[in-house]
Amino acid sequence: MQTVVVDNLSKCYKQAVALKNITFGVDAGEIFGFIGPDGAGKTSLFRILVTLLLPTDGTATVLGYDVVKDYKKIRNKVGYMPGKFSLYQDLTVEENLNFFATIFSTSIEENYHLIKDIYSQIEPFKKRRAGALSGGMKQKLALSCALIHKPEMLFLDEPTTGVDAVSRKEFWEMLKSLKNSGITIIVSTPYMDEASLCDRVALIQNGNILKINKPDVITTTFEKKILAIRSSNMHKLLSDLNSFEACDSAFLFGQTIHYTAKQNNLMMPELQNYLTGLNHLQVEINPIEANIEDCFMSLMNQAS
Amino acid sequence: MSERETIITVSHLVKKFGDFTANDDLNFEVYKGEIFGFLGANGAGKTTAIKILCGLSKPTSGNATIAGFDVYTQKDDIKNSIGYMSQKFSLYEDLTVTENIRFFAGIYGMTRKDIKIKTQQLLAKLELEDSAKKLIKDLPLGWRQKLAFSIAIVHSPKIVFLDEPTGGVDPITRRQFWNQIYEAAAEGVTVFVTTHYMDEAEYCDRVSIMVDGKIAALDTPQGLKQTFEAESMNEVFIKLARVAVNN
Repeated sequence: MQTVVVDNLSKCYKQAVALKNITFGVDAGEIFGFIGPDGAGKTSLFRILVTLLLPTDGTATVLGYDVVKDYKKIRNKVGYMPGKFSLYQDLTVEENLNFFATIFSTSIEENYHLIKDIYSQIEPFKKRRAGALSGGMKQKLALSCALIHKPEMLFLDEPTTGVDAVSRKEFWEMLKSLKNSGITIIVSTPYMDEASLCDRVALIQNGNILKINKPDVITTTFEKKILAIRSSNMHKLLSDLNSFEACDSAFLFGQTIHYTAKQNNLMMPELQNYLTGLNHLQVEINPIEANIEDCFMSLMNQAS
Repeated sequence: MSERETIITVSHLVKKFGDFTANDDLNFEVYKGEIFGFLGANGAGKTTAIKILCGLSKPTSGNATIAGFDVYTQKDDIKNSIGYMSQKFSLYEDLTVTENIRFFAGIYGMTRKDIKIKTQQLLAKLELEDSAKKLIKDLPLGWRQKLAFSIAIVHSPKIVFLDEPTGGVDPITRRQFWNQIYEAAAEGVTVFVTTHYMDEAEYCDRVSIMVDGKIAALDTPQGLKQTFEAESMNEVFIKLARVAVNN
């Protein structure tokens, strides 16, 4: 069963087009990720799906309900965590949670089991005002508030933006255990490395979906061969690779540069000679598998 | 390591807020022209330290000099020697490209003549001549970031502080941004940068990692990976920062 069905959905703000005829479906029980930079249209899409924004054109249903006509039904059944921290800063942790529980005619006690794993980590600070929490704790409180009415689906808009690598890792562990309890999760992120933690992802840019699939299918079906190259002078290596005649793209990836060639013709011996001729030392060239970021950048270039 | 010119010297730096110690005995040096990565978990004390280094806040005790100027007594000299850019605050959205350049260059004390010359150079370099009269809010995010960085170094500062400069931008723009950083460093500007992208930590000459107000490690990315027997900077970071995260 599909929990979300989006058909030819568009959203315009005056001349600016935020979403261009997008179509996709989300299966029950999956973690579905929208991966894309700021301005890609992620937030507009989320706000339409949680009935806070009207689409310009097209249709969308969430849990079988239409996002325009049946908005009241949808609101009772979904949890939403906006990208910007939107809890009441001058209420305490406990007061915030109580507030959201009451709005949905439930209580913390009734649904405590749902949030126990997450909320217990911030419970020692339940008398602290939300505005005085650290980034990681705010995030846990926001997630608890989004869960307290026992939603069937969760919409999380960039929950890990600006969050350090450790807290990000922990947050994804929480999402995995929520998924195991049967909740469908739609999540957006600008961090490409988080794609592999989703069951399926949509790569989104400038209001268009570039690709939808399982992350490992996207990477294994990537048609370009990639070399990971390093030398003792990485900055010079980057500009030298870009000047190489057969170079299609060369991008820094942490400690190596990922290189693709025109017509997929890697010409490794020639490349090796070229770099040695330019006095590069400790040159290492290794063929590697593509990752999501390789695929995303390649799709971006094709789209522009 | 051979003798290098130091541009930032921090010695026994402590900053307390009430009985909370945000910076607990920091000691480090940054060399001229290097790209220095300043990493740490949320709440580890990075922002507090950066504010002190920029001359915006006084330490509780200890010493620090920035470009030879003392953080207690020569705050204005420090401010004249540095540039600053963050993701959260960079440019005025309701001003045009040239107005932003003129505004910031003016604040940095440049003469009208210099501002005029610099504006032309900058627009040409960024290929923004056609957008000179556009409002910042009408520019794509990637262009804004590149422009913000160029403006942060428009007055040729000795040091530029970049606080999470690449948050939210697309992967191609993020890499173009790092090219700008490399170019600035090659021209002798010292770059002091914070980021949550661990691949970017690999691009730094040296990286420090703050945990609970202390500097838990400081070395080249290669050195850190060896010391912590890790494959990547992400692994180094997680090994160091995991213990502190729930405090």
